[in-house]
Amino acid sequence: MTTTTERPLRDGGHRGLRRGEAASGWLFTAPMLVLLGLFLVVPVLMALWVSLSDWGGRGSPFSGGVGFVGLKNYAAVLLGGGLAEQDFGMSLKNNAWYVVLVVPIQTALSLFLAVLVNRQILRGRGFFRTAFYFPSVTSSVAITVLFLFLFSTTGAINAVLGAIGINGPNWVNDPHGIFHFGASSGPAWLESATVLDIPLWDWIGGPSVAMCIYIVMAIFTTSGTFMLLFLAALQNLGGDVQEAAMVDGANGWQRFWRVTLPQLRPTLFTVLTLGLIGCWQIFDQIYTGTRGQPAKTTITPAYLSYTSSFQDQDWGQGAAIAFILFVIIVIFTLFQRWVLRDRRVSRRRMRMYEAAATRGSAR
Amino acid sequence: MSATATQQRRPSTSPGRSGRIVASSVFYAVLVVLAIVYIYPFLIQVVTSFKTDSEAARDPLSLVPQTFTTAAYTRLFLSSDFPTWFGNSAIVTLLVTVGRVFFDSLAGYALARLRFRGRSVVFAGLVAVMSVPTVVLLIPKFLVINQLGIYDSYAGMVLPLLVDAAGVFIMKNFFESIPVSVEEQARIDGAGPFRLFWSIVLPMARPAVVTIIILSFQGSWNELAHFIVSTQSPDLTTLTKGVAQLANGQLSQGRQYPLKLAAAIIMTIPVAIMFFVFQRRIMNASEGAVKE
Repeated sequence: MTTTTERPLRDGGHRGLRRGEAASGWLFTAPMLVLLGLFLVVPVLMALWVSLSDWGGRGSPFSGGVGFVGLKNYAAVLLGGGLAEQDFGMSLKNNAWYVVLVVPIQTALSLFLAVLVNRQILRGRGFFRTAFYFPSVTSSVAITVLFLFLFSTTGAINAVLGAIGINGPNWVNDPHGIFHFGASSGPAWLESATVLDIPLWDWIGGPSVAMCIYIVMAIFTTSGTFMLLFLAALQNLGGDVQEAAMVDGANGWQRFWRVTLPQLRPTLFTVLTLGLIGCWQIFDQIYTGTRGQPAKTTITPAYLSYTSSFQDQDWGQGAAIAFILFVIIVIFTLFQRWVLRDRRVSRRRMRMYEAAATRGSAR
Repeated sequence: MSATATQQRRPSTSPGRSGRIVASSVFYAVLVVLAIVYIYPFLIQVVTSFKTDSEAARDPLSLVPQTFTTAAYTRLFLSSDFPTWFGNSAIVTLLVTVGRVFFDSLAGYALARLRFRGRSVVFAGLVAVMSVPTVVLLIPKFLVINQLGIYDSYAGMVLPLLVDAAGVFIMKNFFESIPVSVEEQARIDGAGPFRLFWSIVLPMARPAVVTIIILSFQGSWNELAHFIVSTQSPDLTTLTKGVAQLANGQLSQGRQYPLKLAAAIIMTIPVAIMFFVFQRRIMNASEGAVKE
C-alpha cells in the first residue's frame, strides 16, 4: 500500500525507466506464489476439509460420495474412548516427555559447548567446533541407523555399560517407563484415573527405555546447531561489561550467571522455541527406527497422523491429528512471542542495573 | 604437557597462576572428552561397516576390524537397489537446488526491489507461510499431489520442494543490502528488470546464493517425509526412504549392521563434502549472511 503512494515522489526523475515494473514484479514472484500456494496453502485448506469429512482415501475427497461429519474426527481422537483416543493419548504422552527432557538438556548443553569453544586462547578451536557441529549436518535417517546400532543389545552403549559392571537393557524393545523404576503396576488410584484414556500411572512413568534412544539422539544432533546460535550471540557481546564485572571482583562463575546469561536472553528464547517446535515434529527418526514399537511407546502425533492415514486409511482422523499438532505448535510459538514481548520489563531492570552500576562506580 | 612442566618448575612463585593452569587442564580435559563422545560414534560407524556381521555384534567398540571385509559395500552396489536410490536422490537434489536458487532469488529480488501493487501483501503471506510446521503438511501435501495426478512421479517429488519461503526471505534481505545505485547506470542504459536481476544484482549476491545452495542441498538430500507421502514405486525410492526401510527391516532379514551402517555412511558423504567445502561459511552463517 505504502509503496504505491510513494511512487510519484520517488520516480519523478525517471518514470520511463521504471515502466513495466509492476508486471515484472508479479512475473518474478509468480513461480513462488504458484508453488507455495499449491503446496502450502491449498493443502492446509484441503486437509481442513478432510478432517471434517468421512473420506476413506479412495478417489477425490471432493467427489459426491464424501460426507461432511463435522467435528466427529476430532471427537474420536480427543474424547472417543476407543483405540483412536488411546493412541493419541499415548502419542502425546511420549512426545511430551521427549520435549520435557530434550529441550532443557539440549539448550544447556549447547550453551555449555558454545562457552567452551568461545575462549579466545583455545587451541584447536576450529576442530572442536567442527566436531560438535558435524552431527547436525547428517540426515536424521543416517544418524538413526547409527544409533540403532549403538543402542542394540550387543551394541556399543551396552558394551561400555558392561565394562563398568552395569547390565544394559534391551533398549529398542523395552517399553517400561524410566520413572517407574521397574515397578510393573502403580497404586490403584493412579491406575484408575485416566487422561485421554491413558492411566495417570503411565503419564507420570516418563518416556520408555526405547524412547530414550531418540532423546539422546536429539540432544546429540541438535546441540551443534544451537551451539552456533549461542556462539554468534557470545561473539556479539561487548567485552566492556565483562571487564567491568571483573574489576568489580566478580569471579568467572558469577560473571557467567549474572552478566553473560542475562545478555543472552533473546538467543536463549530463540533456542528454546526452536527446540520446542522441532521436538513436537519428530517423525523421520520414528519412521526409520522403531515405528512406534515397543507397545506403542515411541508413537508420536506426527507419526500417528501418518499411520492413521496411510495404513489405517482413516484420513479424517489423520488430518485431525495433524491439525491438533498444528495447534500445539502454534500455542508454543505464541507463548514464545508473549515471553519475548515481555522484554520491556527486562529493559527496565537493565536500567536499574545500570543505575546501580553508575552509583557504584561514582562511589 | 608443557603447562604442567612449567607448573612443576615454579610451584611456589604464584599460586594464582598454578591454579589457572590446573583450571585450564581441567578445561581441556572436559573439551577432549566431549569431542571424543561426539566423534567416536562416527568412527565406530565407519569401522563397523568393514566388519563381518558376527564381529559387529561381538565387538561393537573396537576400531580395528579383525577380518577386514568390504562385503557390505559390494552387496549394496552390486546386488541391491542402492544405486537406484542414490541416483534418485542425486536427481531430486540437483533439480531442487537449481530451482530454489533461481526461484528464491527471483522472488527475493522482486520483493526487495520491484515496486508493484500488492507487494506488501505478498510479503506478509510469505512470512505467514514460513511459520507452518512442515510435519503438519505431511497428509495435506499428499492430498494435493494426489489430486493433481502427480503422485508417484518425479514431478510430485520435485515441484513441492522447488521454492522455500525461508530461502526467498534470505535472498530478499540480501538484495536489500546491495546499494540501489548499482542498478541505476544499467537501467539508464536501457536494461530491463530481468537483465538487471540476472547480470547485475545476482552476481553480487554470491554469498547469499551459496547459503541457499547449502541449505537446499542439505535439505533435499536429507528429506524423508515428503518422499514417503509422494511416492510408492521402488523405482522412485530415494536414499533416505530406502535406507529407512532397510533400517527397520522391511527389506532385509536379520541384523546386518555393517550393511546398514555402510548405507548410512554413503548417504552422509555428499553432505559431509558439502560441509567441509563450505565449512567456514556454515560456521559463520549465524553471524549474518550479509558479511563478506
